[in-house]
Amino acid sequence: MLPMSIGAAPFGLMVGALAAGAGLNHLELLMMSGLVYAGASQFTALGMWTEPLPVLSIIGVTLLVNLRHILMGAALAPHIRHLPTWCRWPFVYIFSDETWAMALRRSAKRPLTAPYVAGVVVPFYLVWQFFSILGLTFGHLVEDPKTYGFDFVFTAIFISLVMGFTKTRTDVPPLIVSTLTALIAHQFLPGYWYIFLGGVAGVITGALIYKEKPFKPGETAK
Amino acid sequence: MIDPTTALTILGMTAVTAFTRIFGYWAVGYLSVKGRLKGALNAVPGSILIAIVAPAAFSAGPAEAIAGAVTVGLAWRFPMLVAVIGGVGSVVVLRYLIG
Repeated sequence: MLPMSIGAAPFGLMVGALAAGAGLNHLELLMMSGLVYAGASQFTALGMWTEPLPVLSIIGVTLLVNLRHILMGAALAPHIRHLPTWCRWPFVYIFSDETWAMALRRSAKRPLTAPYVAGVVVPFYLVWQFFSILGLTFGHLVEDPKTYGFDFVFTAIFISLVMGFTKTRTDVPPLIVSTLTALIAHQFLPGYWYIFLGGVAGVITGALIYKEKPFKPGETAK
Repeated sequence: MIDPTTALTILGMTAVTAFTRIFGYWAVGYLSVKGRLKGALNAVPGSILIAIVAPAAFSAGPAEAIAGAVTVGLAWRFPMLVAVIGGVGSVVVLRYLIG
């Protein structure tokens, strides 16, 4: 899991660098990265971090940016119900785009186990804390992560994860609709609306094209 | 050490984020997942992940767009780590060649 969790490192550094610009100290950033632990919303919030602090606007935008979690939690639910409580609730509280995708990918092959989930979630969580603090301390040194393609690690990981979910022909149309919607929304709307709108458009497509498969013996119901 | 207004803002962010993570998980427990709802939920992972990276992969510039396509092609055939390394490697080379 370590190579994957390192993919979060450049973004942790960027959050740290943004926090430095916003005037947060180490304890405050650790509180944010530790409790909120949601990269996209931390970027947006820190981008809005001015004096006097627009408390309600920041909280409202955080909600919007993280609305996608509602869909994600719903998709995750059937695959984690059997896990023990100590593992299930912390995972629900703390899943991120990557850890959620890796868990779902795994559950397509075999049922999730508590050690697997912990083995995915803990490194990502620690990498995020460590690199956001590192970014706050040395943020000025990593002004341009583009130089070595670090920024593209994230993109490449996500594309690979998506391909892992794409098994049949009916999986493709939602991806195309989501991509096009996200590109258009990104062009014309501010902030992170494109994530939510792309996701919703893809999900609606998935519902519209869904056809009940004839039951095959030996296939387990999901 | 922690400014009270900052703490309040972070706690508010924490509350709404926790709500988004818990609500979907909790709500789906009261529904039976079949038919179009199943089709919709099946489409969630791919639709969300591709929406997150679509701008960075396909409209950031020619180097990123080609590297994005290379990653798609590699991920089709090879293990994830090969696709990630190939995708990142190609973006570095392409940025150097075409900017």
